[in-house]
Formats: sequence, structure tokens, C-alpha cells
Amino acid sequence: MKKRGKAMSLVLHPTGTKGAGDPSQAAIALRPDGTFTLLIGTVDLGQGSTTILRQFAADALEVPIESISVNNSGGNIAPVCTGSFGSRVTLVDPHAVVNAADDLKRQVREWAAATWDVAVEAVTWAEAKVFVEGDAEKSLTMAELGQGVMNSAEFMVGTGAWYPAPFTDHDPETGAMPAVAAISFGCCVVEIEVDTETGLIDILNIIQVWELGKAVNPLTCKQQINGGLSIGLGFALSEQYQPYFPKADFTVEHLTDYYLPTFADYPKETSFGLEEVPHPAGVKGAKGFSEGTSSVPIPAIITALHDATGVWINEVPLTPEVVLRALEGAA
Amino acid sequence: MKEYVGRPMPRYNGLGEVTGQAAYVDDRQFHGMLYVKVLRSPVDRGTVKSLDFSETEKVTGVVGVVTADDIPGINAHGMYGDQLVLNPKDLRYKGEPIAAVVAVDEDAAQEGVQQARLEVEELPPVFDMFEAMKPGAPIVRPGTTNNFYEWDEQGKTTKIFKIGDVEAGFQEADQIIEERYTQGIQDHASIEPQVSVALIDDSGRLTIYTHSQCLNGHLGILCGIFGKSQSEINYIGGRTGGAFGCKNEINCDHIAGLAALKFRKPVKYRLTRQEDLAYTHKRGAWVFDYKTGVTNDGRIVAAHIKEYHDSGAYIGLSPYGMDKCSIFVPGPYNIPNILVEVQGIFTNKPSSTSMRGYGVLNGQIATEVQMSKIAQKLNMDQWELRFINAWRDGDMGVSRYVIKGAGALEAMKGCAKLAGFELPEKLLRMSSRSR
Amino acid sequence: MKKILSFTLNGKPVEVAVKTHDTLLDILREELGATGAKRGCDAGDCGACTVIIDGLAIRACLTIALTVEGRDVVTIEGLGDQANLHPLQQSFYELGAHQCGFCTSGMIISAKTLLDKNPHPTHEELVEYMSGNLCRCGTYVEVAEAIKAVSGGKD
Repeated sequence: MKKRGKAMSLVLHPTGTKGAGDPSQAAIALRPDGTFTLLIGTVDLGQGSTTILRQFAADALEVPIESISVNNSGGNIAPVCTGSFGSRVTLVDPHAVVNAADDLKRQVREWAAATWDVAVEAVTWAEAKVFVEGDAEKSLTMAELGQGVMNSAEFMVGTGAWYPAPFTDHDPETGAMPAVAAISFGCCVVEIEVDTETGLIDILNIIQVWELGKAVNPLTCKQQINGGLSIGLGFALSEQYQPYFPKADFTVEHLTDYYLPTFADYPKETSFGLEEVPHPAGVKGAKGFSEGTSSVPIPAIITALHDATGVWINEVPLTPEVVLRALEGAA
Repeated sequence: MKEYVGRPMPRYNGLGEVTGQAAYVDDRQFHGMLYVKVLRSPVDRGTVKSLDFSETEKVTGVVGVVTADDIPGINAHGMYGDQLVLNPKDLRYKGEPIAAVVAVDEDAAQEGVQQARLEVEELPPVFDMFEAMKPGAPIVRPGTTNNFYEWDEQGKTTKIFKIGDVEAGFQEADQIIEERYTQGIQDHASIEPQVSVALIDDSGRLTIYTHSQCLNGHLGILCGIFGKSQSEINYIGGRTGGAFGCKNEINCDHIAGLAALKFRKPVKYRLTRQEDLAYTHKRGAWVFDYKTGVTNDGRIVAAHIKEYHDSGAYIGLSPYGMDKCSIFVPGPYNIPNILVEVQGIFTNKPSSTSMRGYGVLNGQIATEVQMSKIAQKLNMDQWELRFINAWRDGDMGVSRYVIKGAGALEAMKGCAKLAGFELPEKLLRMSSRSR
Repeated sequence: MKKILSFTLNGKPVEVAVKTHDTLLDILREELGATGAKRGCDAGDCGACTVIIDGLAIRACLTIALTVEGRDVVTIEGLGDQANLHPLQQSFYELGAHQCGFCTSGMIISAKTLLDKNPHPTHEELVEYMSGNLCRCGTYVEVAEAIKAVSGGKD
């Protein structure tokens, strides 16, 4: 017999490691032709860090994004990025990029002021130009700027770094410690269908909404929301490293033993939404959130199973065996 | 100029990725490259009695062996430095690397591993963390007297986070819900198995191609292993074929580097899917003993959560994961009295490490199922219970951080709308900005 | 001892010395510079190594190289390059149907053979056909959308 159930869940996801002591750095070099190289130490796992940091750089420099190349391959000159983990990059790294852009713009404005014999305050960097307001003679395109800087025997690289706060230790008496610089919030509604004869759970529909400060790149946000289901559904329903635990005699060795969600396991219907409550700690209010997309469906599935069958299960994964035993126990 | 932040944009390296041109670590090939296969512990717990490679060295194509004795610096890795690069003696989990065989191809290296004469005295292992907690249990970490992680020099094994007075809170509650939640181990299973390529460059320095998620941190660890400064190692990365936290640990870079340093040739060390699935770090198991006190009108007034984390054979990244889980396990809810107690326990399994949602995912599962049960017990709507208790700006979490930019209500309102649930006016009128 | 293997790779004749137990994946990646097909499991489970042999989607990791003697092999490199993207490569790129990119070659190859066989698959047909290509980043929703963008997909 097939039974349907529906349920919701709400989770938080902390963005950043402990909100302290996890710096990132960036550098932006002005090339002789007026294009830019953004140098970061941030590893792109597929989550799109390179793409979004370039977006922040383009906005900070007010130049077409095509004029910015990114180098994140590390090596001997890589700026430090504490790491691509803990959903920290979207919160921390844009600050480093903006600081690097500000540093570069400051160097350029000082150079232009000396070149034009004006006060630094009179030099504006805006809309891909460096100029003195009201003076048509004192205006450079980025290409002219690059050439001019090189001809003055200068090499301009803006550098920047940032972390949410200096690190402090946990207070063993009260348990106080700097927790996190920002938190994102996810809510989902899941509809399932459980087959009471086989114990198999089908996910019919998932709706996820994340409040994430600022949707820096709505395409990568969509990828993360839909993407998190691989790990989320797997943990909820099918992945067991030691299926006969506490006996460890059998440990999985092949993907045929360890069931990762496939196309067929994903819900036919998914939809998502993004809400923005700009966070004071983020550049343009942006926070990270994407790890949480794996968390939020799991308790909703458990509650949906209860909605369908009246049975609560306190363990994951909800393999067919676990589900059938629970249904038997309740009968 | 129109802003780029806020625009949907395709991946910066996307064109290379859809044409198969983007280079991952295993795509790197060098002339004369050698390959590594690792001799692993055949037992869950045991002591190496003897190890002889004389037959290994006779295998055609085998260039040599790398053991713990070949490590110029310290035989340690991991964020807390407790894992061994190569373990020559006291084996703690099945699959633990003992030594590496280096050869002209993987077949010869594998044959070389098979020809190693390894004698191990097998010792009784412990897999279940509740068994590991009992006095008299097999000791996972040699030289210690129990299987608990010590949080400080005084040997404290339970870390606490608290606000308010949880016992007083329970007195105030109308209903108490007490449950145990159990969660198993999960593997990252990124489609790219772990791999590393190392070589000595034309300045005599070490170049390593890596899929590490944290280049600077791992570079520091490798410097300690190789006895080199940061500028002596060219650590090249920036791309992974999926990671989800497993590439916050070093599985191949150190051994590939040692082989390159010893044999002065390019070296590739890659794990098979079997090795990656069976022997690398996992999301560790958790058990939560969760007690909540709630008033009949739906306010959560007390939460006492005891967490047990199975860290496997080493502490790995667990102190960070346990902190993270503990700080957030009460959920996005305003609870005036909270006590969280967390313990890390060692067992004879691969070490646990970070995995998407590290610790937080585990805590949120327990919390949300608990919340759903509370709503059921109070005969209250699931949404309403959460709206009442969700954080507002200025609320405080258990480690005394103050909430800014609260967005739980926004997420719920957005989701209800998208799902076609019409929330009652009294909930829609609530604001995250104040209670 | 090695044997000489001759076959057509992406429309061009190639000749390479192989060991009898080398797989097609081994020689594509390590002898012929065609590293687009990836080694995810060496057991045929993940699909990251999928290539096209005489029009069929086949796991290169399970194919003994010598068995492709005289046959026609197409890899991701043969579908298109950055200057000339195949329509599926274009739609994957624009619709964000890849994240880390490691499974992507296999996905696109499988999708091409699906559309060659069944130019307008239903959602169910698409899902069943593609379910042998694993993705841990979870790109399934976007991949389905990218395939439908080319097939003019119907549910």
C-alpha cells in the first residue's frame, strides 16, 4: 500500500567557521593594458567561488567583468584563504576582494593626483575611468591608465584581507565562545510516498526557501539548493557505510554497495525561493548558506513519514529495512 | 554601470569544464612518472611485529619503498596533528597506511605491496562508541587509558555550553519531551577519488598538484612533514572534482611528496574508489540525547542536549565539528535555558572529518524532529510552533552570540507561500526584527 | 608485450601500443591525451568515463582497449571545443548543469546518445536513461533542464 505524507522543517546554517580567526586575502593587479588579474587562494569546489568573487571585483572596480581574469591556482604567490569549507567564502572572501580593489584604487588615485598635480580628493575612479570632475584633459580610460602607470615605472597591485574577528577561546565555565559571524535560514516542505510493503520512500516534491542575505548569483544559488539533495537524500534514505553496525565485518567498497542518489531518486518536482535580509557582516549583505541545503530536507522527510504512517523513526538513514521494522513495531 | 553581484552568471571556468578540457589532478601526466600503492593495515587494531620488503624490491618495475623512517620532518597531519602519515607500529583501523611502494606503473606497485612480508599481532577492536566508553574497553590510542577526547590539559572529557539554568527551566515547563536520536556514518563519495601528483622542479623544489580545499593550511602541514619552508613548496590547486569536506584532510599529497623527494622523479598517488570508500575519512556517527521543556502555549523554555560523537581512530577535525554541532544544536530558536554537553569518543574506524553541514546537519536533524514531536504533543500547528520560537534580532544563542539579521521567519513565510500553505494572519504579522 | 591498436578517435585514425589488459579509459587518458573522460570508480558504476563506441554509450573503464580495434570512438573532445560548442555543451554551460565538472563529460556524452536515439524524450525516459550517470554535486535538476532545452523537452 502506498501512503503519502507532507511535512516542513526549519534549519539554520552558520556561515563561517567560528566567526573568528579565519582570514582570507586577495590581490588585484593592474595590467599594462588596463585589464586586471584577481589573485585569490580560494579553491572552487564546484560551488562557484571563482565566479562570484569575480562579480564582487567587477562591482568594486566598476569595470566590465570581461576585463578581469582570475587566478586561484595557488602556487608560490597564492594569497591565503583559510579554506573552502564552513560556507565561509561568500561571507569572508568578498571583503578581501573589496579591500584589494580599494587599495588599488587608492594607489591609482595617488598616482593620478601626483601626475596631474591635483589633490587626491579631486581624483575620481568611476565607471571604468579615472578623472578629475570638470576637467576633460584629466581623464583616463583603463587602457590609458595601465599604460600610464607602466610608463611611470610602477607596478600596482591592490592587496586586501579580512576576517570576522580576532580569535578568542572558549570559556570553560560559561561555554561562551565566538560562534559565528552570520547565520542563514532554510525552510522546506517535502511530500513523500512510502510503500508499506517494501519500505521504500519516494520523494514526490521538495520546496526549499533560503534566507541568505544576498543572492550573489541566483544561478549558483539554484545549483546549491538542488545540489544539496544528493547528500541530503542519501543520508536520509540510503547511504550506509557499515550496514550491519555495530558489526563492522562488512564495510562498503564499491558504489554498488553504497547507494548514492541518482537521477531517479531525485524528486520529479523541485522549486526554490531566495529571501534576502542583508546581513551587517557581509559585503552587500551576503552570507553563505549552501551546506544547509543538505540539512533541511532530512528532518522533513522523517516528519513526513510520520504524517504518512503515524510512525516516528529516530535514526537515519531510513532504509527500507528500518522503515519496515518501524511499521511492524507500530502495528 | 549595472551591478554584477545579484546576476545569474555561468561558471568562470565553465567552457573548459563542458569541453572536457579543464585539468583535474589525475589529468596531470609527466614523462617518467612513477606510481604509488600503499600497504595498509589488514586489521582493525593491532601491532606490527615485522615488516620486510626484500621480496617487494625484487618485483620488476618497483623502484623502492617509502616508510615512516623516510619522513624528514614530523610524522603527523590533520588540523590537530594527531594523524600519522605512515603508521609503522600501532595500527588503529583497517586500511591505515603503513608504507608506500613506488613503481613504474600501478600494476608493479600493487604487486610490490602484495609481496611485502607483514606480520601483525591482531588485537580486539572496538567499533561501537558506547562500548568504547566502558571501562576495560580496548584502547584505541596507544599510551592512553580511555577512549575519550580530552578537551584540555586537565583531561576534561565533556565540553559544555550553557545559558540560563536548565533545571529551573524544566520546572517551568508544562511538558517534557525526551528522545534519543542516532545517526550513522556517511561517505563524501565525490566522483573524483583522492589523488596527488608531486615532482621536483627545475629549482630542486617540490611541486605538488592537489585538490585540497584549504591550500594554506595543508601547505603548512606539508612543510612540517617535509621539513621545508612554504616558499620551498609550489602547492598548486584551486579545483576539485567534488569535495564536500573530504579534501580538508590530506590523503595523498604527503605520501606522493615523500616519494618524489626520495626518488627525485614525478610521482602520482591515487586512491581506487574502493580505497576511497572504505578507508578515507567519513562523516562520523552522532547520538543525541535530547530533552526539551515546553509550555502549553508553545514556548520552549529549556533544552538539555547530550551529544556523543564517534571520531573514529583519530580526532581529525572533530573538536571543530563538535563545537559547531553543540553551538547550533538548539536550532534557530529562542530558548532561555540551555545546556549542551558534548563528548568525542575514539573507535577503531577511519577518522571522521568535515562533511557538508559538518555537525550542524546532524544537530538540526535531531532538533527539527524533536520540534515536530513537540508540535504533535501540544496539538499545535508545525509552522506556528516554529514561528513562536524562531530567533528575532537580539536573541542569544547558547554560546552567547547575539543574533543579527535573523531570517527564519522570512524563510518560512517564503516557503509556505511557495508550497501553497496559507499561514494565519497572526503568523504573517510576526517579524524577525522583534518579538 | 604490447600490441598495436588502430581505431578512429573523434573522426581521426589513431594507432597506439597497448597492453592486453589496458582499458580504453587507460589509453584515452594516458596515451592519447583525451583526459575528458574521467576515472571515477574503474568499475562501471559512476558513468564519468562514458564514451561513444559505434554510436553506443559505453563505459571506457570496462572496455578492454584491444576490443575497439577498427571501431569508431567519440569522446567529449569530439563533440565540440570552446570555439565550437555542441548544443548540449552550450546548454549545460548556460543553464548551470555542472558544478565541479568531474561527471560532466560522461553526462554530456550520455545525453548525446539519448537524443540521438530519442530526440524528444519524456521526463521519465530522460531520467531512466541518465540514471547511470552519478553526480554528487547533485546537478540532476539542471542537467535535465539542459537536455530538455536542446530536445525541446516535454513532460
